[in-house]
Amino acid sequence: MKKNSVLAQHNKAGWIFATPGFSLMVLFIVVPFILAIVFSMTNQRLMSPNKAEYVGFENYANMLDLGVLVVGPKVDANGSVLLDKNGEVQYPKLRKFTRNNPDYPNVQGMKEWFSFTWGDKKVAIMASDLVFLKALINTFTFVLFVAPLQGALALVLALLINQPLRGIHIFRSIYFMPVVVSIVVVSLLWRFIYDGQNGLLNNALSTITFGYFEPVDWLGNPDTALGSIMAMSIWQAVGFHMIIWLSGLQTISPTLYEAAKIEGASSWQTFRFITWPGLRNTAVLVLIVITMQAFSLFAQIDVMTNGGPLDSTQTIVYQTVERGYGKQDISGGSAMSVVLFLIVLSISLFQRYLTREKN
Amino acid sequence: MFRLDMDNPTLRLIVRYMVLTLIALIFVIPIVFMMMSSLKPDQQLLADTSSIRAFLPIGDISFDNYKAAFERAPIGIFMMNSLFVTGTTVILSLLVCSMAGFSFVFLNWRGKNIAFSIILATLIVPFETIAIPMLLMVSKLPWLGLDGFSWGWLNSYQVQIIPFIADGLTIFLFAQYFKDLPKELIEASRIEGCSWWQVYWRVVMPLSGPIIATAAILKFLAMYNQYLWPIMVTQQEQYRPVLVGLQYFFQLNTAWGEVMAYLTIITVPVLAFYVALQRAFIASIASTGVKG
Repeated sequence: MKKNSVLAQHNKAGWIFATPGFSLMVLFIVVPFILAIVFSMTNQRLMSPNKAEYVGFENYANMLDLGVLVVGPKVDANGSVLLDKNGEVQYPKLRKFTRNNPDYPNVQGMKEWFSFTWGDKKVAIMASDLVFLKALINTFTFVLFVAPLQGALALVLALLINQPLRGIHIFRSIYFMPVVVSIVVVSLLWRFIYDGQNGLLNNALSTITFGYFEPVDWLGNPDTALGSIMAMSIWQAVGFHMIIWLSGLQTISPTLYEAAKIEGASSWQTFRFITWPGLRNTAVLVLIVITMQAFSLFAQIDVMTNGGPLDSTQTIVYQTVERGYGKQDISGGSAMSVVLFLIVLSISLFQRYLTREKN
Repeated sequence: MFRLDMDNPTLRLIVRYMVLTLIALIFVIPIVFMMMSSLKPDQQLLADTSSIRAFLPIGDISFDNYKAAFERAPIGIFMMNSLFVTGTTVILSLLVCSMAGFSFVFLNWRGKNIAFSIILATLIVPFETIAIPMLLMVSKLPWLGLDGFSWGWLNSYQVQIIPFIADGLTIFLFAQYFKDLPKELIEASRIEGCSWWQVYWRVVMPLSGPIIATAAILKFLAMYNQYLWPIMVTQQEQYRPVLVGLQYFFQLNTAWGEVMAYLTIITVPVLAFYVALQRAFIASIASTGVKG
């Protein structure tokens, strides 16, 4: 009884110690999170004289609704297909169907996402919120490129700075340096580096290639904008993950490496059979952290491109903020937040499931 | 055929250092470029980008850009706000989160496991997903002042501090660290007649230097570099932090020299902090990796 009482009687002390932290977290994380779910089903606005009303899943529908429109080619009075002056088949303008056309209520107000030809017909995939869909795809593209690339580069750097060389800690410090610089500062700085006219990158490339390199407007071109932002994001954050890999490397027992050396293992074999297995837990941690960070891509977009050109750098969080704060549409922004949260949740559950399997 | 004699140890060493240096240049060059450009008039800044001069303090060097930047924006106020908000949050966060961690590891209370699960679950809620509802919430929170008319908490220091005092990661880091402390020590101090507060303040905290440093560094970086939230909640200059002040420099014909000067002003405090403590800095962040 005596022994038990030491552990059983701190109920009050326990509460007193935990209450400040726990109640702040409930108030500023749990409550706003529940509010996000509630708002996403209303028509709440930031400043509005009218009371918010329940609208069910309307916000989600507005965001994710897709429609398919199949249109035949334009024909003349004789029934033969009209060609334009390049010899291409002509199709009627899609806005005839999407603007107040009572025969096509399912694509009312939608915009063309992409289209292809099927036989002599044109099949158009229509979306009610084209920008959000682009944001969704850009975000996934960003994550799919940045997570593996940044993780792998960070590992290479960690292996490099794990060598027993004189002054190696100086290199560690330098590689980590961009991490402490704000991403906003980095973004503005790189906006100048990427500049199409006087940018450092174009000038450097042109000098290296003796003038053969044609200047590119890196952030102004839809084909290069997102890639440029990826490269910069990796540059800024890779040092952080390098340090996490390094800490993982340092937990691997040196005797394993000595044994490998005696056995005459090549450096690839050493990596494959000793280093990599020893890093499994670190790998999971690095991947989860990178993925979470990549999904919340915002500051780079806000500073560098504002989602442009042609929505090529729209992201979910940027859209959330633009909708919820810029356009004061709290409910629309909240619905996007909930979608983002569900994505992040399912990915972390998936990653957890993968790691459970192996243990 | 040209072939490097990679068995020669000196040559191998030289190659290794060359690779390390080349990579170092990639990380350091943009930052050096920023600092050097801040010292040059716009015309020279643009002309220099096509040569190595971009990274050297040569030509027409002066602090004119800094003078102009200070004239354009109330940088002193912004910097004080940033340091005040960051400093206050870090200190309060260390106290509140370590107390919570202490409670979860050393004390027993009803609902403890549920509370800890909730805290762990918040780790996967990105701040961005709750920023919008939180904005609405804080705009309706009662103002802690005496003035009658209010926009809730908008435009204040507390709106930048209070929501960020407690966070799941910091509590989790403290709890992980406390778990490895010897339980006998706690029991011994209790038997000696220490109150729980004394155990926490006199026994546990003095043993927690490494984790306090880690949590402080991570929190400092997160707070000083905050951007989205301060944009949303501070419309008045008097409460704005230094990063929001950047908006004064976005314009049609960007004065790049001034921008570079302002970027340098923002970066120097955190870089100085980093350079002074870099070894401790990296070691303490590395220790969180092992724990996670």
